[in-house]
Amino acid sequence: MSRLPVRKTYKLFIGGAFPRSESGRTYDAEGANVARGSRKDLRDAVRIARQAGAGWSGMTAYNRGQVVYRVAEMMETRRAELAGLSSGADEVERAIDRVVWYAGWADKLAQVVGSANPVAGPYFNFTIPEPTGVVGILAPEPPLLGLVSRLAPVLVGGNTAVVVASEAHPLVAIELAECLATADVPPGVVNVITGLRRELAPQLASHMDVVALDVTGADGDLAELERLGAENVKRIVRGKADGQSPYEIEAFLELKTVWHPIGM
Amino acid sequence: MIKDKREVARRGEAAAIPTAWEYAPAPESREIVHFEDRYGLYIGGQFLEPLSNERYTTIDPAREEPLAEIAQAGKADVDRAVKAAREAYAERWSQLRPSERAKYLFRIARILQERSREFAVVESLNGGKPIRESRDVDLPLAAAHFFYYAGWADKLEYAFPNRTPRPIGVAGQIIPWNFPLLMLAWKIAPALAAGNTVVLKPAETTPLSALLFCDVVRQAELPPGVVNIVTGDGRTGAELVSHPDVDKIAFTGSTEVGKAIQRTLAGSGKRLTLELGGKAANIIFDDAPLDQAVEGIINGIYFNQGHVCCAGSRLFVEESIYETVISKLKRRMKTLRVGDPLDKNTDVGAINSKQQLDKIGSLVQSGIDEGAEIYQPPCKLPERGYWFVPTVFTNVAQSYRIAQEEIFGPVLSVLTFRTPDEAIEKANNTPYGLSAGVWTEKGSRILAMAQKLRAGVVWANTYNRFDPASPFGGYKESGFGREGGRHGLEPYVALDGS
Amino acid sequence: MATAPVLPGGFELPLEPRLPRLGSIDAVALEERAATLATRSIKKGSKVFALDLAIRVLDLTTLEGADTPGKVAALTSKGIRPDPSDPNIPSVAAICVYPNLVAYAVERTRGTGVKVAAVATSFPSGQSSLDVKLLETREVIDAGADEVDMVIDRGAFLSGRYAQVYDEIVRVKEVCAGRAHLKVILETGELGTYDNVRRASLLAIAGGADFIKTSTGKLPSSATLPVTLCMLEAIRDVHEETGRVVGMKAAGGIRQAKQAVQYLVQVHETLGLAWLTPDRYRLGASTLLNDVLMQIRKERTGRYQNPDYFTVD
Repeated sequence: MSRLPVRKTYKLFIGGAFPRSESGRTYDAEGANVARGSRKDLRDAVRIARQAGAGWSGMTAYNRGQVVYRVAEMMETRRAELAGLSSGADEVERAIDRVVWYAGWADKLAQVVGSANPVAGPYFNFTIPEPTGVVGILAPEPPLLGLVSRLAPVLVGGNTAVVVASEAHPLVAIELAECLATADVPPGVVNVITGLRRELAPQLASHMDVVALDVTGADGDLAELERLGAENVKRIVRGKADGQSPYEIEAFLELKTVWHPIGM
Repeated sequence: MIKDKREVARRGEAAAIPTAWEYAPAPESREIVHFEDRYGLYIGGQFLEPLSNERYTTIDPAREEPLAEIAQAGKADVDRAVKAAREAYAERWSQLRPSERAKYLFRIARILQERSREFAVVESLNGGKPIRESRDVDLPLAAAHFFYYAGWADKLEYAFPNRTPRPIGVAGQIIPWNFPLLMLAWKIAPALAAGNTVVLKPAETTPLSALLFCDVVRQAELPPGVVNIVTGDGRTGAELVSHPDVDKIAFTGSTEVGKAIQRTLAGSGKRLTLELGGKAANIIFDDAPLDQAVEGIINGIYFNQGHVCCAGSRLFVEESIYETVISKLKRRMKTLRVGDPLDKNTDVGAINSKQQLDKIGSLVQSGIDEGAEIYQPPCKLPERGYWFVPTVFTNVAQSYRIAQEEIFGPVLSVLTFRTPDEAIEKANNTPYGLSAGVWTEKGSRILAMAQKLRAGVVWANTYNRFDPASPFGGYKESGFGREGGRHGLEPYVALDGS
Repeated sequence: MATAPVLPGGFELPLEPRLPRLGSIDAVALEERAATLATRSIKKGSKVFALDLAIRVLDLTTLEGADTPGKVAALTSKGIRPDPSDPNIPSVAAICVYPNLVAYAVERTRGTGVKVAAVATSFPSGQSSLDVKLLETREVIDAGADEVDMVIDRGAFLSGRYAQVYDEIVRVKEVCAGRAHLKVILETGELGTYDNVRRASLLAIAGGADFIKTSTGKLPSSATLPVTLCMLEAIRDVHEETGRVVGMKAAGGIRQAKQAVQYLVQVHETLGLAWLTPDRYRLGASTLLNDVLMQIRKERTGRYQNPDYFTVD
């Protein structure tokens, strides 16, 4: 006698928990009833992401690197599930390797991106990278590798993220969220909203507490999103959906320059 | 006999004791400067009459006297300038060996040094800033900026590991009126070093140093079209921003205009860097070196009449030393010399324009209306020209407009705090994030404060220091992108690779 | 014997009630402020005023092993009538000499208003017993000195024996009390940091100094603009806090009129005109005087001057 499998309910990922949309609505994607995140879900996610920022950015770079590496470990144990929800094993392996690659950047960034500046005066002057804050990500395709390629640089730089998952292929994003939830990523550091892009993207772009917006996966009216983002001088990032480089991390970093006199 | 003479001498001495030691005027001579009656637009290596046929008069804000007629560039003028820049980019500048680009920039640096006195007078005449600052700050820094980026021109591959940096093309650059030549240097030097050509629009009220810079370009024998200067008001800037053949916009100015530019460029794919407004916190702890901190407060807010985006306009004083700091501050304010920008002893010059003066006046009035306590030292202002007495507000609440809005004038708002956490919370409680100051003798506290202040530049036990090697730029609504240092090259290069 | 109050470690400074906070000095900012003040452009009438003032506050000094009564006599004449050809040139404030020569200077200055200052307390090193220092102080006062320029024991200061430094100042002050003004020389060139300069300034003031003075003039590093600014700020803080007036003397290395003007501008902008009198401010120098005279004549005649026209005394 065959056993009836227990299905997973695909919900949102906000503040380390997996709530349903406050709207109670779902939409049909990949044969499942996927949570159709609302404006309020997004608002909650941004608020929680902001709260999580101090702890995540305050962590030592070494620790942050270990947490990101732990994400790769969790993904590795869920290879089959991730493969089933993406284009397959190849995409999953590349995604995992990419997370590992970025994990190693956490405690090297400041050395590569920062500098000690030889100013013409009796001052010690240095520049260090710092996270920019809450980053909105419109996840590009392919649904896993695209998301990981955009999320990992945001995360490793110490930012927190509110991700709008691929509208057509949202399930793998929630699967990834489960990896994050079990990987010691503090609650609220990454939040994943599934739902309709046209509803969610403008909300994310216009939110005054979202400091940067990754539009690599924007499939709608990019110009409109950028216009909305101008209201709080958002950093608009057009990156690569399948690339890895420290320059992708740098796009989500602020540079802080500190001066101090040198005197006896 | 001898004794008598001595007594004469001593009586003479007694009579000579005055009640005040007034410094005699020490004006820098303006003979060194020659202005044309009217200026055209500097396009393709020559001055052209504006197709717009529109002109306006630029003045000396300290005397309200006209200095020259300036062209108001229109759409067709901007188009001509962009075409000239494009042609120069494609056919000359991008073809040049980087080491040759470097040498041109070194030349410019040297010529600026040689002509620095002349430029200093122009800056003070047209902008109202004290000659002491033009001479000791603006000019040396402008020349240093060209010298610094000149050296980068043939070393770009070392600035961007694992990449081959390429120029972007034509950069449209729009600069403010507070440091006209220095901002020009901040914009042009890195752009040219990276192999781009530029169309630069100086501020409406302060075009003269940029126009004089065209003569430096000529003396340096820079290929025509590499640097183009279009003058005019915001309309000219808007034409430049929206011109389809400009690859990159760099803007320094108000947050309001910055947002408008970002909106205009939305969806265009053009690169953008913004250096916008600020409302910096300058935080004084009770263990600070107080007399030096007071100098830092003064330099933070009264430098360049407070026309400084990174001005330390919000002073946070630990409550335990509040009385002492305020008393020292007021005492020091009484020694500020306000007046003729060309006088070498002037500390605070003229407000840049009538419009700005009105804005400062209305914000100060709002501070009085909201209940803050105003202090202004006794001060004799010239009858003509635009002036504002250095002002400090005490009893300021965080919610007052003078604690929230950028005044861009010599007006300081004083607030107090009790603990470091409170100072940080209040300091960061603003949409801006350009700069901050912190004064304490405790090393670990300096580093902790520097880490927690959300600002692109943190001055610890100093304020308002600038250097070409030091990146400058803001967090949050103070803009994005950095100017200065290796990081200042980044907005002007394209990086290939994944 | 005066004793300093016992205070916890780090607070050994014998603070009298309401003395200002010890505080600290940022060296770079202090030097920048001093440099900025030195760029003041003093011209025409304001310059003549400054040059005239420089003479009126001058402690015309000779402190050589080779000093003789004849040398002191010549110097005193110069101090009383710096420029015999110009009756408008005032006398200097004081003649500053070694203890052995006080009597000659007193004799020569009698009735002129020019004071006699004597260095004492084993100048310049201060490396002798307190008894010797007190004896020397008594001797110069008995010989008629109006002012005593004592040195602090830098060895004691630098080894943290602040109470000893304080105690010596108090004891010397007791000898001077009512008879002579006390100037306390910090010898800032040996103190190493501006923090120490400020600390020593407050210590000397607490001990009873009427003036604090930068240097002996016997070191290559004497008065500098940042050092005097630091000391003036200490004086200012004391005045603000307690109302007490303490004078300032910059000495050593001031040879040119231009430097003198810079020092005076600094006083003017730090403490105000009230401090620009011989009662509150002094410049200690020797060769400075002729340069000031040359500058005054240049201002009056419009011609640059030749030192051969000014007497070397």
